[in-house]
Amino acid sequence: MPELAISVRDLTKVYGEQTAVSHATFDIPLGTVCGFVGPNGSGKTTTIRMLLGLISPTGGTGTVLGEDIRSPEKYLSRVGAMIEGPAFYPMLSGRENLKVLADLGGFSYSRVDSLLIKVGLGDRGGSKFKTYSLGMKQRLGIAAALLPDPQLLILDEPTNGLDPNGIQEIRELIKELADNGTSVFVSSHILSELEMISEYLVMLRKGKVIFTGRTQELLGRQNSITLIKPEYQVDLNRLVEITKGLGYEIRIENGSIQIPVNAEFGAILNRAAFEAGITLMSISTQQPTLEETFFEMTEEN
Amino acid sequence: MLNVVKAELRKMKRPSLLYVNIGILSFLSILFTSLVFLRTGSSLGNRKGGSDSIQTAESLGKFDGGYFTFGLMSLFLGLIALTVFASQSSNEYSYGTLRNLLVRQPSRMKLLGGKFFAMVVFAFLLITFVAVLNIGLSFAESGHAHISTSLWTSTKAIHGFLTLYGNILLATIGYGLVGMSLGIILKSPMSAISISLLWFMVLENILSAVLTSAAKWLPGNALSAISAGGAKIFSYQRGLLMSGAYLLLFGGVATILFKRRDVAS
Ligand SMILES: Nc1ncnc2c1ncn2[C@@H]1O[C@H](COP(=O)(O)OP(=O)(O)OP(=O)(O)O)[C@@H](O)[C@H]1O
Ligand SMILES: [Mg+2]
Repeated sequence: MPELAISVRDLTKVYGEQTAVSHATFDIPLGTVCGFVGPNGSGKTTTIRMLLGLISPTGGTGTVLGEDIRSPEKYLSRVGAMIEGPAFYPMLSGRENLKVLADLGGFSYSRVDSLLIKVGLGDRGGSKFKTYSLGMKQRLGIAAALLPDPQLLILDEPTNGLDPNGIQEIRELIKELADNGTSVFVSSHILSELEMISEYLVMLRKGKVIFTGRTQELLGRQNSITLIKPEYQVDLNRLVEITKGLGYEIRIENGSIQIPVNAEFGAILNRAAFEAGITLMSISTQQPTLEETFFEMTEEN
Repeated sequence: MLNVVKAELRKMKRPSLLYVNIGILSFLSILFTSLVFLRTGSSLGNRKGGSDSIQTAESLGKFDGGYFTFGLMSLFLGLIALTVFASQSSNEYSYGTLRNLLVRQPSRMKLLGGKFFAMVVFAFLLITFVAVLNIGLSFAESGHAHISTSLWTSTKAIHGFLTLYGNILLATIGYGLVGMSLGIILKSPMSAISISLLWFMVLENILSAVLTSAAKWLPGNALSAISAGGAKIFSYQRGLLMSGAYLLLFGGVATILFKRRDVAS
């Protein structure tokens, strides 16, 4: 059993003048959900194509499920993938499209109908693909990725074009698969979604990996914000003086004081307020979101 | 590879593709048999483009009369194979479906081989359909035209038919392979089909007319020499050899591109 779902070293792809992926190096353990984030054009799809043997790397090495990415036939039967938008034969029905792929992979047709139901296309499986809405096409793409009952699922922007319901369904689906031991590598621009499901993250910027590791580790690098609110607004100015006296940069918003410190400082603040005779109505801590962290890490210079 | 053939045939059996082609071939078969058999009554016989193949009640009564019109269908079978396989192969690029196929069958050579065999099966089925239809129609029309069919079922007739059938199959596979290769090389159904039709229907005819010395080197002439079992300017062997050389060239380029090219669409 390989320990890693995906492992790449110095993976590089150059298109003419354009370096799409530059010396990407990261490891993703088996059995986790790993988010793959980065601004448009940062090289996510290119990386995924290299992992699937669709394009050959200009340099570097990689393994998927313990097998060299130069021999995709050794691992792809255990991998399900959807790459950048669903692509199917417009003149065939959704069901026939899945059967084409089932034929190729030697999978039984019985999975086709259960997957159509699973992705919410149970009653439209017989319609031609060209008559599908954007979200329905996307759902068919997800069904196709699930066809092999994969050990590793690679999804490139699976929620693109889905309605809020669809997005939630995909989130549940990924959680369910992960609970059953499937490893999931998923790229998305909806960071709040990824934050909820991803234990691991790989972050790209201009083709380079700028973070790889546990999501919590990334978010933990950023200071959280602790909010305190006095019971009586008249005490606000005195409370501001006290917190400033402790040496913090603060902001005042909606009658609360925002202090960029972790939760442990709550006790210190509470004691200081108490000693000054001020009762706090609330002390709360806000984690920085993945989105805020993303902006901070990926913004130009 | 069998899985690939199965998957390819599933794509090709879609009604819009199958019925249209069966419709075209049926229409042409009915048209040709009607024309050939109706006009045998006229004293001039059925003159085909002023050539020496004049069909009369007498000539159609010979052993090869039963499959005469089947032979006339060979070019159309070839052109249909060419357009169908040009679009089947290039659409994988234009629809972006090649990436799905390659994820499920990463061996590009197996995928290509499977596509080729599916093409052969499809060509075989189409040709068989056309052969049965034309022979059936010929028998049906022979009565009106007062043509004796007694020789049509002789051993010599069956042998002649099988030879023609085999040659048309070879030529049709040849056209299909040209279409498939161009589809892969150009990645666009529109350009693959228009370029190949322009070549086979127009340019090659002009070239052979203007430069008679060039006629012996043209791929379309080589393929028709195969289906005709040899032609005046082109022996059967030369047809096989030249077609083989052209197909090796086109097929080879297409195979190398298919194997090596990044699938980034
Ligand atoms: N076939 C190609 N030829 C040339 N350049 C390419 C090709 N494919 C991708 N690129 C370039 O590589 C870079 C990375 O593209 P890629 O599609 O991997 O980005 P991405 O992270 O998936 O972006 P998005 O979030 O918009 O999907 C871009 O600058 C793009 O222009
Ligand atoms: Mg992308």
